[in-house]
Amino acid sequence: MSKLSRTGHALYTGQVSIDFVGRWRLWYTLSAVILLAAVLGLTVKGLNLGIEFQGGVEYKVAVGQGNATLATVQDVRDAVLNAGIPNADDPTVNTSGGDSLRVTTEPLTNDESREVASRIADAVGVDVAEDISSQLIGPSWGEQVASRALQGLVVFLVLVVLLIWAYFREWKMSVAAIVALIHDVLITIGVYALSGFEVTPATVTGVLTILGFSLYDTVVVFDKVRENTHDLARSHQTYGEAANLAVNQSLVRSINTSIVALLPVGALLYAGAVLMGSGALKDLALALFVGMAAGAYSSIFIATPLLVQLKEREADVKAGDARAERYQARHQADRYANVPAYVDDMPIHDSPGADQSDPPRPTGPGGPGPGRARPRSTSSTTRKPRGVPPVRFRPALRDV
Amino acid sequence: MARKASRPGRTLIIFGLAVVAMYVAVAVNGVWAPKLGLDLQGGTRITLSASTATGEAITQDKMTEAVDIIDSRVNASGVSESEVAKQGDRNIVVEIPGQNRDDLVDTVQQQAQLRFRLVAGQPANGTPNTLPLPVPAAPKAGATGDAEPQGRAVSEGLRRASGTATPSGGASPSDGASGGGDPAATPPADPSATPAAPTQVTDKSSIAQLRAWAQSPDARSTQRLQQFTCAQADEIPDNPSRPLLACDDQGAKYLLSPAIIEGTQLNDASYGIPQNQAEYVVDLDFNGDATKTFADVTRRLAGTGELFAIVLDGVVLSAPQVTSPITDGNAQISGDFTAASARSLANSLKYGALPLQFEVQEVAEEGPTLAEDQLAAGLWAGAVGLLLVMLYCLFYYRGLGLVVIASLAVASAVTYAAVLLLSETAGFTLTLPGIAGLIVAVGITADSFIVYFERIRDELREGKSLRVAVETGWVRARATCLAADAVSLLAAVVLYIFAIGVVKGFAFALGISTVIDLVVFFFFTKPMVTLLARYPFFYRGHKLSGLSPEHVGVERLGRPAAPAAVRRTPEGATR
Repeated sequence: MSKLSRTGHALYTGQVSIDFVGRWRLWYTLSAVILLAAVLGLTVKGLNLGIEFQGGVEYKVAVGQGNATLATVQDVRDAVLNAGIPNADDPTVNTSGGDSLRVTTEPLTNDESREVASRIADAVGVDVAEDISSQLIGPSWGEQVASRALQGLVVFLVLVVLLIWAYFREWKMSVAAIVALIHDVLITIGVYALSGFEVTPATVTGVLTILGFSLYDTVVVFDKVRENTHDLARSHQTYGEAANLAVNQSLVRSINTSIVALLPVGALLYAGAVLMGSGALKDLALALFVGMAAGAYSSIFIATPLLVQLKEREADVKAGDARAERYQARHQADRYANVPAYVDDMPIHDSPGADQSDPPRPTGPGGPGPGRARPRSTSSTTRKPRGVPPVRFRPALRDV
Repeated sequence: MARKASRPGRTLIIFGLAVVAMYVAVAVNGVWAPKLGLDLQGGTRITLSASTATGEAITQDKMTEAVDIIDSRVNASGVSESEVAKQGDRNIVVEIPGQNRDDLVDTVQQQAQLRFRLVAGQPANGTPNTLPLPVPAAPKAGATGDAEPQGRAVSEGLRRASGTATPSGGASPSDGASGGGDPAATPPADPSATPAAPTQVTDKSSIAQLRAWAQSPDARSTQRLQQFTCAQADEIPDNPSRPLLACDDQGAKYLLSPAIIEGTQLNDASYGIPQNQAEYVVDLDFNGDATKTFADVTRRLAGTGELFAIVLDGVVLSAPQVTSPITDGNAQISGDFTAASARSLANSLKYGALPLQFEVQEVAEEGPTLAEDQLAAGLWAGAVGLLLVMLYCLFYYRGLGLVVIASLAVASAVTYAAVLLLSETAGFTLTLPGIAGLIVAVGITADSFIVYFERIRDELREGKSLRVAVETGWVRARATCLAADAVSLLAAVVLYIFAIGVVKGFAFALGISTVIDLVVFFFFTKPMVTLLARYPFFYRGHKLSGLSPEHVGVERLGRPAAPAAVRRTPEGATR
C-alpha cells in the first residue's frame, strides 16, 4: 500500500518516469493490432445481436437449483420442437446460472408464444405464470431500438466533442480525446464480435456509459497536461516532457479511480454472470468492464501521445521545444541541476539526504526551476535516457 | 482564497438539515420502499408502436388520446394497478405489475374501428384458388330473429348471412359483384345511367344512394373486387368515406359501401349470452342519430335479402340479412366470440376506437420467481460493490478513507430518499438496470473523492500545509470533477432521451446519482475534510490518517517534497 504511495510520490516528482509519450510507436502499433483484430472480427464474424435487435422470443425458465442440466435442456428443446411451429423449429436452449434455462426462438405470434411457453412448462414441470419469463419482440421493434441506439451514440459523441472543446478551449485536445474515445468503442465492439457475446440494448447502454468513464480519465490526464504545459518557458521542458510528466503524475490516480470504478462493476458482473447467468446485468457489466479497461489504456497510451504529436506541429511549441532542448544541452554538464539517477535497491532510507542532495528550491514565481527529473524527450535527442526500466523499479524499502 | 470555506461546520449542519428534510418528506408520504419495476416483481409489459402503414400522421394528440383509451380498456379488464405511458414519439407501453396477463394483448392492440356498411351484391370467394367457399362459421346463426327479443335489447331483425352457399341471398336483385362487369360502361358514362347509383359514393351520400350503389356498384369497384384476394386485405386502408374491399375470417370477400354508422355513434356496448342461446354476443346501443339511420337502413333492407356488414378494423365480423326493421337503436353482433373476446370487443367499443393503428412490438412476461432472483442479485451486487469500494478506500486512504465511507453512506442515504420521493412524485420505478445504474454510480462518486485526495497529496508534496493543501487541492479537484460529472450527466441525459425500454431506468439512476455525487462532494465531503484538517491527527500526519509523510512521500508535512518536484504554476495556488 505504502509502496504504491511511494511510487506515486516518485512518479509525481519524476524520479520514476515511464515514457508514455516517447514510445508512442509501440503503443500505436499495439493499438493498431488490436483495432485490426477488432475490425476483422467485426467484418468476418459480425456481431451476435440479441433478440431485442432482431426480433424473436426469449424465455427464461426457473427450474430450481440444480435442475438446469443438459438433460433438461434437451427435454425443453424437444418440447419446443414438438410444438410444430415453423418459427420455433430451431430454438436455442441453454442453461443460465445454476437454476434457470434460457430459450430463444425466431419471432412468434402471441398465441404461438403462449403455446411454446406452456409446452416448456410441461416439459420441466413448472408453473407458466410463476416460473417463466418471456419476452416477445417484433422484428420492426428491433430496428427501432437499434436506430435509436445509434442515434444516441452519434448525438452523444457530437455533444461530447462540443463539451470537451468548451472545457479545454483547444481543438487538439478534443481531437485527441475523441480519437481515444473511438478507439475504445472500436475495441469494445471488436471484443464483442470476436468473443461472440450477445449484443443487447443493455450492452449499448454499457458502451455509452463507458464513453463517459473513458472521457473522465482523459479529462483528468489532460487537466494535468494543461497545468504542466502552462509555463514551459520557465520549466525548460519540451511539451512532450511536460505531458509525459503529467501522465506519470496522474498514474496513481488513474489506477485508483479505475480500481474503484471496477470494484462495483465486478460485483455487478459476478451477480449478472454467475448468479443470474444472463440478462441485462451481465450485458451491462460486461460492456462496462471491457470498455473501462480500454478507456484507462487509451487515455494514457493513445490520447496523450497523440495530443503531443498534434501540439508539436505548432510553431510556438516547436520553438519552445527547441529552446528547452538548448537549455537542457547547456545544463547537461551541471550535475547539480539533476537528480541522481534512481537505481535498483538504492538505500534511500539510510540517507534521507540522498533525495535532498539537491537542496529544496523555492518553487515560487521567479525562482529558478528545479532540475528536470527525466532527461527524456520525445523529439530526437542524442542524450540517452537514464533511470531504470519502470518494471524493475522497487521503491519504498523501509517499511516492507 | 476560499474564505467562505472557513465555515465548514455551518455547511455541514445545513446539509444535514436538508437531508433530514428529505426524510421528513418521505415520512409524510409514508412510503418506505421504492416502487419496483416489472423485472423485479413480475408482471406483463406490452409495447405498442403506432403504425405508419396507413399513411396517417402520428400526432401527439392522437397518441395521448390512444393512451387514455388503452388505459380505460385495461382498467375495464379488471386490472387495477396498470400503467399506460407514452414512450418516444410513437410507442405506448402498458405495464401490468404482478400479473401474467398476456391475454390483454388483443385488448390493448385492437384499434376497434367499428363500421356498418352495406354489402354490394353477395360475398364471393376471396381466395385465389377456387376452393369452394368455406362453410359459414357459427352455424348456430347468431341472433336469429326467432329468439325472444323482448326482455333484452336484442335486435331481432339480424340474421347472420349464410354466405353464398344458401340461396337466401338469391333475392338480391343485382348480382353485380359476381357478374363479369355488367356495367361495362366506362366511368364517364355513369351520370346518365341510373341517377340513384352514382359512381362516387361517399359517407355524405344518402342511404338511398348508397343502397342504389350497393345494388349496382360502379364498374371500377366491381372490377377491383374481381381482382381482389383476401391476401391483400391488410393493405387496404379502412377509410369510412370510401367503398371498401374486405374479407371475413372465412375467406369470403365483400365489396362494401361507405360507412353508414360508425363505432363512435354508440352509447354503450356490452356482452353476454342471450337467453336460449349458447354463443356470446356483443350488444350495441346506438345514440340518437345512429338509431335513426339504423332504423332507416333496416326498414329498407328488411325482407330483401340484401346484406349489411359489420366491419371491425377492416375485417367483416358478420354480414347479416334483415328480417324486420330495428327501430330501438339496439343491435347485436354475433360471431365466434368467446367470453374473453366478447368482453374485449365490448370494452374496446365502449371506450372508443384508437385514433391510430398499433402494432404489438414487445410482450414481456416476467415470472415472479425470476423477478425475485433478479432483485436479490441486484441488491447483492449493490451491497458487495459498495463494501468493496469502502474497504479499498479505507485500506488505501486510511483516515481519509473514513471520509469516503461517510460520504458514500450519506450519498446512499440521499439517493434512497431521492428514489423514494421520485417514485412518489415522478412515477420513478426501480428496475434492474436502475439498480445497476446506482451501483455503477458508486464508482463515479468514489472517483471524485480520489481525485480530490490525490490533489491534496500533490499539494502536500509541494510543501504546503494540510490546511492550505485542502483548499488549493479543492480548487483544482473541483474543476476536474465538474468536467467529469458533466460528461456523466450528459451521457445519462442522452441515454434517457434516446433509449427505449428499460434502459431508461439506468440512465435515470445514473443521472440522479451524478447530481447527488456533486451535492455530497460540495456540501459534505469538502467541509468534512476542511474540518478534519484542523485536527492534529490529520495535520500532523498521523500514521493512520492517510496523510503521514511516509504515505504521501515527503519528509515532513509542510515542507516541499523531493528536490525534483515539478514546478507549479502560481495560478494553481491562487485561482
